[in-house]
Amino acid sequence: MALDKFGIAKRIAKELKDGMYVNLGIGIPTLVANYIPKDITVVFQSENGILGMGPYPEEAAIDADLINAGKETVTVIPGGAFFDSAESFGMIRAGKIDLTVLGAMEVSEQGDIANWKIPGKMVKGMGGAMDLVASAKNIIVAMMHTNPKGESKLLPQCSLPLTGLGCVKKVVTELAVLSITPNGFQLLERAPGVTVEEIIAKTAGKLIVPEFVPEMDI
Amino acid sequence: MNKVFNNALEATADIKNGATIMLGGFGLNGIPENCIAALVKHNVGDLTCISNNAGVDDFGLGLLLQTKQIKKMISSYVGENALFEKQLLSGELEVDLVPQGTLATSIQMAAMGIPAYFTPAGYGTEIAIGKEVREFDGKMYLMEKAIHADFAIVKAWKGDSAGNLVFRKATRNFSTSMAKAGNITIAEVEHLVKPGEIDPDEVDVAGVYVHRIFQGSNYEKRIERRTTKI
Repeated sequence: MALDKFGIAKRIAKELKDGMYVNLGIGIPTLVANYIPKDITVVFQSENGILGMGPYPEEAAIDADLINAGKETVTVIPGGAFFDSAESFGMIRAGKIDLTVLGAMEVSEQGDIANWKIPGKMVKGMGGAMDLVASAKNIIVAMMHTNPKGESKLLPQCSLPLTGLGCVKKVVTELAVLSITPNGFQLLERAPGVTVEEIIAKTAGKLIVPEFVPEMDI
Repeated sequence: MNKVFNNALEATADIKNGATIMLGGFGLNGIPENCIAALVKHNVGDLTCISNNAGVDDFGLGLLLQTKQIKKMISSYVGENALFEKQLLSGELEVDLVPQGTLATSIQMAAMGIPAYFTPAGYGTEIAIGKEVREFDGKMYLMEKAIHADFAIVKAWKGDSAGNLVFRKATRNFSTSMAKAGNITIAEVEHLVKPGEIDPDEVDVAGVYVHRIFQGSNYEKRIERRTTKI
């Protein structure tokens, strides 16, 4: 069965390693924080200016001065730090952040990503996405395999305005885990019960399918 | 030397039509609520506003959009404001969308007296059009210029009459850089104190950058997404 958004987050959480500094984007990526393996410590960065972002607060502890990049009220863990956005992006550009997880509207087989604009329809802006994808060492995209019309979001070329070129390393969808290789999308894992045929049918970009595709262990 | 003003109306009284203004805050977090209300009252128009976001429909910079006082916005993310999107798509409002890190750094560069710099953000995308591209150590970068403004308007937690500012938690966001970058910087503070009451070790923005300061009042501090422990 295809995963739901929580399943996607749970699978991505397995990519986290002890000691990583991680930036989670808005939407499914935010949920990743709920599934950190108990035996490791990771530190979350929020690009508005928090290192050591903690869980949502108890009602009584809500503080309007403490929100994350998704404008949600959050907390800060012991050992956390505040700074301004210029420094925050300095951290990102200088490669101090080990992993970025973000959503996308399209990903190409070269690892290009589009997630900020639909010409004539939707202009929300790129926020910090262009900076993050241009600089993060490791970028994982969390998204659904197809758009609401059922069209593949894993394409030979992005059709929407790009956020960044050749930057995505891995994509986790409700159907599969794929890596970006010089030869296209490499199918690494399939969601429990999902067939390779379904993944092939829903992937428009070049897809490399090994003989044996293991089920995700989640 | 007197930097202390009575209120927002007086501190912003000389902002004229067509002015370029930086406004601190991230979403509704740490926005200069008093000065935004004063700009609505002064009814100055044709403003160019530099701010990461555009508020929401009925608060923050959304108030200046409602009254159509803004001619141009320079922002990175405007997704919380339906009115903004409508004015943008209809062509009423001119908008420069700038990557968030580029926006923050361009303001910081103005604060540091550096006219331009190179960043990889946006290389290969439509925001690179018309910009100088350079390769350093095998990676491609765009030249971005410092962003200046006639006025920078910020809200700090604490300030003294010498202009020193202290921020609280995540409200530093764009505000500390903007405070240092404005040709004229106006700071509204939750607590205005005497010199000496702020430990020099604590200062986020040194007084030299701040030209006007006043004790703010009636802060709403609205929260966009009130999320609590599940």
